[in-house]
Amino acid sequence: MTTLPAQPKKALIVLGCPEAPAQQALAFHVAHNLKTRGTDVLIAGNPSVLNLLKVSDPQRHYIADTMVLEKCIAEVVEQKRDCDLCVVFAHNDAAIAYAATMRHLLPERRLVVIVFGKDPGPLAAEINFPCEKIVTKAVHNPMQLKAKINEVFGWAVSRT
Amino acid sequence: MGCIENLKYEMILPLGASFKECREYSEKNFKEVWYVDPGYKLFDEYIIGLPPIALGIEDGKKIIFPYTKPCHGTYLLRIEDVDEVERVRKTARKKK
Repeated sequence: MTTLPAQPKKALIVLGCPEAPAQQALAFHVAHNLKTRGTDVLIAGNPSVLNLLKVSDPQRHYIADTMVLEKCIAEVVEQKRDCDLCVVFAHNDAAIAYAATMRHLLPERRLVVIVFGKDPGPLAAEINFPCEKIVTKAVHNPMQLKAKINEVFGWAVSRT
Repeated sequence: MGCIENLKYEMILPLGASFKECREYSEKNFKEVWYVDPGYKLFDEYIIGLPPIALGIEDGKKIIFPYTKPCHGTYLLRIEDVDEVERVRKTARKKK
């Protein structure tokens, strides 16, 4: 029997620019899977990406708390906010900089960087800090990346 | 941008510059370069990036630094502020 990994109590999902549609679907997927397993999930991003989530999930079935990225970074720096798991969605250079920042600020926490977009290989190669990387080409269709995410998080049997 | 947007800044590298390009530009073009880690506070904002983050000092009164936004990438900005230059010199580190 497969043992599922220990569930984090608090997770932080850091979203990048919303121009790649797969990000939004996968953010819901990750948040929902964590939430249904008992994890408190905070999603951080710029106002546009947060508004996309809020408009898409008005009754908050999939998402819970959200916070503007700058404020979230400030709270982590000031040690007002912590998490057991940090998931960063990265499809551009800026998002890798945010992932590196989270690694530096949360050195002992589990950090998973989901690298996607049209050409994720070179972007993933920029990551020179310790983390788990999930790297798959994905812009519009989230399915292949979803399968890899499920595998890494032990949700492989999930039908959600 | 937040507070930094309200300051009088010059954009040295165009939009979409990579973080690595910004660091290399500062190291190549400024004699005085200091290094900080992500989360360092500059102009009342926490700086984002891959450590070490290079800060250039020009003419003893201008700071050149990377400023990252999720959708645009990293801007390399120059802002004149003698007090902030002095604070960087006291709190940042030289390259090992």
